[in-house]
Amino acid sequence: MKKKFKLQDLDCANCAAKMEDAIKKIDGVNDASVSFMTQKMTLDIEENRIDEVMKAVVAACSKIEPDCKIIL
Amino acid sequence: MTNKQKKMLCRILASAVLYAVLIAGGRFGVVPADSFPAGLLMYLVPYAIVGWDIVYKAVRNILHGQVFDENFLMFIATLGALAVGEYSEAVAVMLFYQVGELFQNYAVNRSRQSITELMDICPEYANIEEDGQLKRVDPDEVEAGTVIVVKAGERIPLDGIVIKGDSMVDTSSLTGESVPKHVHEDSEVISGCVNGNGVLYIRTTREFDDSTVARILELVENASSKKAHVENFITRFAKYYTPAVVCAAVLLAAVMPLITGGGWLGWLQRACIFLVISCPCALVISVPLSFFGGIGAASRQGILVKGSNYLEAAAKLETVVFDKTGTLTKGQFTISKILPADGAAEEDILETAAHAESFSNHPVAQAVKNAYIERGGSLDTGRVSDCEEISGHGVRAKADGSTVLAGNEKLLRRYGVEPDSCSQAGSLVYVAKDGRYMGCIVVSDILKPQSIQAVAQLKKAGVKRTVMLTGDGKEAGEAAAAELCLDSVYTQLLPADKVSIVEKLLEEKENGTLAFVGDGINDAPVLTRADVGIAMGSMGSDAAIEAADIVLMDDDPLKIAKIVKISRMTLRIVRQNIIFALGVKAFVLLLGAFGLASMWEAVFADVGVSVIAICNAMRTLGTKNNKQ
Repeated sequence: MKKKFKLQDLDCANCAAKMEDAIKKIDGVNDASVSFMTQKMTLDIEENRIDEVMKAVVAACSKIEPDCKIIL
Repeated sequence: MTNKQKKMLCRILASAVLYAVLIAGGRFGVVPADSFPAGLLMYLVPYAIVGWDIVYKAVRNILHGQVFDENFLMFIATLGALAVGEYSEAVAVMLFYQVGELFQNYAVNRSRQSITELMDICPEYANIEEDGQLKRVDPDEVEAGTVIVVKAGERIPLDGIVIKGDSMVDTSSLTGESVPKHVHEDSEVISGCVNGNGVLYIRTTREFDDSTVARILELVENASSKKAHVENFITRFAKYYTPAVVCAAVLLAAVMPLITGGGWLGWLQRACIFLVISCPCALVISVPLSFFGGIGAASRQGILVKGSNYLEAAAKLETVVFDKTGTLTKGQFTISKILPADGAAEEDILETAAHAESFSNHPVAQAVKNAYIERGGSLDTGRVSDCEEISGHGVRAKADGSTVLAGNEKLLRRYGVEPDSCSQAGSLVYVAKDGRYMGCIVVSDILKPQSIQAVAQLKKAGVKRTVMLTGDGKEAGEAAAAELCLDSVYTQLLPADKVSIVEKLLEEKENGTLAFVGDGINDAPVLTRADVGIAMGSMGSDAAIEAADIVLMDDDPLKIAKIVKISRMTLRIVRQNIIFALGVKAFVLLLGAFGLASMWEAVFADVGVSVIAICNAMRTLGTKNNKQ
């Protein structure tokens, strides 16, 4: 299932690329793209495990860029 | 400026003043600026003011295992400078770095804003009439079939049909077309356009999520996820660049002193310079920004590009294949002649053909039906049954009890009827009734006024081969191709033939790319097969927007040359940025390795280059100004 999120305080393009990379590696994420330009994140997550996967996504993001918040 | 940026500016200013005081004090001998530990402690104050967050983030991120984090590298670099006794340099580097970061942040925000402004077609509200009062509601909440009111100067929030009112509508934000469109009762209007001077009552036909505006916005936003080769290259490059430079720095600091025997401080200093240069930010920001700007500039002109990769491909166009109907021609057919066979009347032929084609949406069929109605006939679909549309051939139907064939020569031959051959320019509809040939209707299509210029401009832009594909007869097709100065033309094609011809052309071309330009109706397979599929959007035809890589919102073939221009400009800027950023970084690294560069050059090679690259990337937006 595709989901879109706004990102707040995503300040560096390199971090966006790193976040995208890390999120793609999470089990249950089919595809992910983090757009520094639009400050948005598009995720393609497996339907039945959204909650579990989202937790992992948030954790991965805050590990790389703790200032950046995902607006759920 | 955002609040965050303002705070940063205050910190920078405070730190800069303190720093200046310390430098001046040191020079006049008032403060012991170079002594240890008094000098160090004094310089630590402006250092802390401007750089505490860097230090904080550095520690935090290293705990998260982010070794090659920008903050961490900056912290280590300045720490190194402090360690070798260059107190003032350490503060200056931190200060300059923060100034650069602030400026970079500001520039990126600004450019992001101006690009999103370009695409600012999203309606904020819709007006609904309730008990004689107008009520503002979220367009999202309006169901299809609701009547909405659009006042003068307001943006039309949803697609629909005008039920009352008369006005001029500005479609420029969607199509780039500056001449307003006249709409009246029963006209179809699309969301995103701005209403001119009259009040319009519109019955919505779609919900917001399916409306033109929502689809376009989604398309453009998703465009940045389809990355160009250059972008992927930069991301891969960045992954290796930082670790490589950091490793080199470690080698400089740890191994070189052993080889040369001493000089620890000097080597440490050089290593710090490496660390400052190790961030690939200039590239990582400016390359996607350039593409984003290019896509923004294109959408301003009514050209929707679905991804940076297509922009990249459009810059290298070598072969352009056009579909004829609806692309180079207006797609509005009119009947120019009816050629009856012996013993048949013109009216009979037209009546028979119009009825046989009464359920067909093919443009030629529409023309036949319109002509029949114009000449005073009335279509009675009750007289027709068993309609069968044979793609690329025509129609077979039962009308008034007899079997009617209406289509090209192939159709008639397929059912054993031999038509008289007529050599007329245009599409020919042969009509037969119960196996007897009745006559032929000549339908012709008018070339778009811009088509000749469009082909000429593409050739001027370096397109080597222009090809036209058409289902029309040989004479008509070749006549049109000659008028347009096309290199080659393939006529009498079935929709399936188009794919194989495009495949053949794909093999024949050299290094460039091949674009197929079509109107999106029944050429979806070809659009997907070509390197770049360009569709005439016909103001929101779903099939076209779905299948194509680039959509021309106002069906103007001149826009093809324009998108080539925009894409080349974008790629040129991307190349400039890559060469410039890498060049400066490599040069300063080299100088640093030999001890010829100071921290100042290093900071310039990092943030200075970023800022210049960002400013350069913003030029992609400038293409919006050459409207004419």
